[in-house]
Amino acid sequence: MNDAQLSKDDKALLDKFLADNRLFLGPDPEIMRNHGVQPRSALEERALATKLDPHQINHVRGLIHAALSESFTMVNQMGAAPGAKWGDLVTAIFTAQGDLAMIAPHGIITFAACCFYPIRFIIKNWVDDPTVGVKEGDGFIHNDARYGGVHNTDQSMMMPLYYKGQLVCWLSSTIHEGENGACEPGGLPAAAESKYDEGIKMSPFKVVENYQLKRDLVTFLQNSVRDPKLQLEDMKVKLHAVMRLGERITAILDQFGEELLTGTLRMHLEDTEAEVRRRIREMPDGTTRVLQFMDSTLRENALQKISCAITVKGDRMICDFRGSSPQFMNRSVNTNVASFKAALCTGLLQNIWPDLPHTMAVLSPIEILTDRNSVIDAEGEMPQAMSLMPMFKACVAWNVPMSKFNYSLPHRYTAILAPQYDQAATFIYGGLNQHGDVTGNFCGDINGMGQGARSHADGEHSVSPVFGFMADSGEHEINEEDTPIIRLGAQRIAKDRIGFGKYRGGMGYEQIATARGSGMWGFMTGCEGSKFSSAQGLFGGYSCPSYQLCKIKGVNIFDELKKNPRIVDVFDIVQLMNEQPLPGKYTSQDMGMTFELCTEGEVYMICQGAGGGYGDVLERDPELVMKDLREDLMSHENAVDIYKVVYDKEQLVVDVEATAELRSAERRARLARSKPYDEFVAEWVTPEPPKHLTYFGSWNDNREIWAQNPAINMTVKMDADKLQGFYMPNPKDLRIAELEGEVGALKSKLEACVSATKK
Amino acid sequence: MKVLVTEYLRINLDTEKWECRRCDHVLNSARENYKRSLRVYDRDPREIHKPLLDTKLYSRTYSPDPTWCRILEYYCPQCATMFEAEYLPPGHPPVYDIEFDIDALKLQWKDRTQVKEPVIGPDLALEKVKMGRAIHASHQHGHSHT
Repeated sequence: MNDAQLSKDDKALLDKFLADNRLFLGPDPEIMRNHGVQPRSALEERALATKLDPHQINHVRGLIHAALSESFTMVNQMGAAPGAKWGDLVTAIFTAQGDLAMIAPHGIITFAACCFYPIRFIIKNWVDDPTVGVKEGDGFIHNDARYGGVHNTDQSMMMPLYYKGQLVCWLSSTIHEGENGACEPGGLPAAAESKYDEGIKMSPFKVVENYQLKRDLVTFLQNSVRDPKLQLEDMKVKLHAVMRLGERITAILDQFGEELLTGTLRMHLEDTEAEVRRRIREMPDGTTRVLQFMDSTLRENALQKISCAITVKGDRMICDFRGSSPQFMNRSVNTNVASFKAALCTGLLQNIWPDLPHTMAVLSPIEILTDRNSVIDAEGEMPQAMSLMPMFKACVAWNVPMSKFNYSLPHRYTAILAPQYDQAATFIYGGLNQHGDVTGNFCGDINGMGQGARSHADGEHSVSPVFGFMADSGEHEINEEDTPIIRLGAQRIAKDRIGFGKYRGGMGYEQIATARGSGMWGFMTGCEGSKFSSAQGLFGGYSCPSYQLCKIKGVNIFDELKKNPRIVDVFDIVQLMNEQPLPGKYTSQDMGMTFELCTEGEVYMICQGAGGGYGDVLERDPELVMKDLREDLMSHENAVDIYKVVYDKEQLVVDVEATAELRSAERRARLARSKPYDEFVAEWVTPEPPKHLTYFGSWNDNREIWAQNPAINMTVKMDADKLQGFYMPNPKDLRIAELEGEVGALKSKLEACVSATKK
Repeated sequence: MKVLVTEYLRINLDTEKWECRRCDHVLNSARENYKRSLRVYDRDPREIHKPLLDTKLYSRTYSPDPTWCRILEYYCPQCATMFEAEYLPPGHPPVYDIEFDIDALKLQWKDRTQVKEPVIGPDLALEKVKMGRAIHASHQHGHSHT
């Protein structure tokens, strides 16, 4: 129909008709593509027109923080999900029009940074819908990341707060619940090949009326997941935490009035935006760039490029991620752009400006550019259950380019940091536990990623998750009471797995697990970085190494220990794998493993990783090298070969002069073996990705995107603004074809042999 | 006026040149990619991240795969300090990582005092983690943090 033929009234009528008769209220691009703080509402204009007292605003802000902290503690202490116990949660307050204003001081920023999308959806679609409506005492649930969220394991409870009959703000509580009825237990299905494999998909809907959970809907949800008790319990916990938060905010309203609360929330956003713009303005104008490479789809190895260019001009900052890998239509490592931005917001607060308020206003002044249908701006039917992969990259995307902007500044807001380890290195599990209950979830070891090295000190070992300041790595004894998982080795620092540098990255720990007392139990792991290092170094520091999943299958460790309690000297991955003291099949494979059954006593081994190093290894204080040796973090081989230190290996006393000479010799060797840049580049750079690489993303021009998969003889080059998603072949089909080929070749050989014999 | 840019690089605004902060060697124009004045070496990642598992038994040994990942090491042509260690797929063009607007930089530093040694920022990120841990440990939630 041609709009030009319609009168104004007819056009309005047509628009209303179309709006009233939308067949499906799916994720709304108008909401999902806007990460900015909205213009002031009439209520906010009115509140700010009254010239609020800054001291009172500060006082009210403190009261809100205290209320958020209290509700966070409630969820932390009462939540049934392992994630709640370890701090993988948040409570938050939003303005009446759905802008995230403040979160609990120790909560996971990303959760709240996603939560304003579903709240805006509710405001846009349900408030005026006579079949739904929004009124006092209502509560809404949500988990589908397409409507805003990290991934579908996270469930939020969102509640409007009314005061004297008027909606004044929104409150929320979010927990990483884990189990969600996906095609693999534990809520993070790497095997998901479409969005329909991801488990329950809750668009925002009303599950609470008059402050009561609607039992019919709760039952439906319980019936959709493997852990119905967890589903019920945590819905209650989140509801009551939000209700308590509501009571506290109501008390603030009683004491200070609606205008001061509204004004405080708004000023918090606007002040933060103004401060971010001021900080951008003090940085140099120009562009800094970094490239990140993900090496796995968790089903097969495939290099996926994330290209990042940050441009500063005055108080404008533009983050350009164009040139990144296209999305995968049947792999779960995609993310939608709203989730990706939430991770950017988290990383900015965690690594660059930790002193700023934890609010969406930190990111809202920053422009984000992406190619639609890329792995970081995926759309349509694609799965995104393991969106953690690109989102964790987003958390640390800032470190390298922002350090290059910030190094010059006369004032720093936090220490310059190399990137933290950025993989979800933990066991995801599921099955029947020893109490006869079906369950699925993941272990708290995810929270011990090594910190990147700092400009003045080594990184801290296993410091925190890449996505949050506060989280515990869990208590294994408690986990062993609830699940059949037995820890054979835990929290042992992974020796020699180091991001080397003048200051080294903090290191990760080994995790060695088995299962006992269940006839149906299994594990999966969802990590990249087995072929291409994940955590990058800074200013000459090296990245972390690659990491693998090691296994001993076909063994029952409990039987072996019963026969010979000394059969394993120490549960150390390297020692076990090299010395092979146990019977069974030993393998070292990619860190991405879809769910597989673990027969009692089989051994699974992974590592948390190290943060990137900082600075040239030849500048590392030899005494720090000795300290690493004393603490058994590193072998002598690395002390000599990497750091070039000469010392007495018994006493660990440095020979200062010999070390200086060895380091001078290494500098001479560097000059001898290297080439001038232009000469090097002329030989090094190829016009396209090498044929042997499974490669997705731009190569030498961000406007041209390559999709290359040698396994199926596919090489496609397309314009970045016309990206399409790609299907990957089933690795088992490829393996079958490979084996069939081998069988065919052997058959031909045999036939040739037979016919030669007959002759 | 000289502006620090990285641990090893600074820009001399008067000469508009990049300089090495370790040996004062004058590099190329600050309006160009500083990497063009450095020396580069294509490092096999197994030399840095050495195999920890027996390579006769396993192909994945904690070393990056050298057919997927290379390390480009950038050295000062005079003192050989390593400015950057860039991990790239083989043959991938090196990234042009710092491209400042020198005219704007001059204006920005016109009224600033020169910073000769880098400022060490507070360890806020780490402090926040430690504070969070302390608060978590003080809660009575069924396990100890001794």
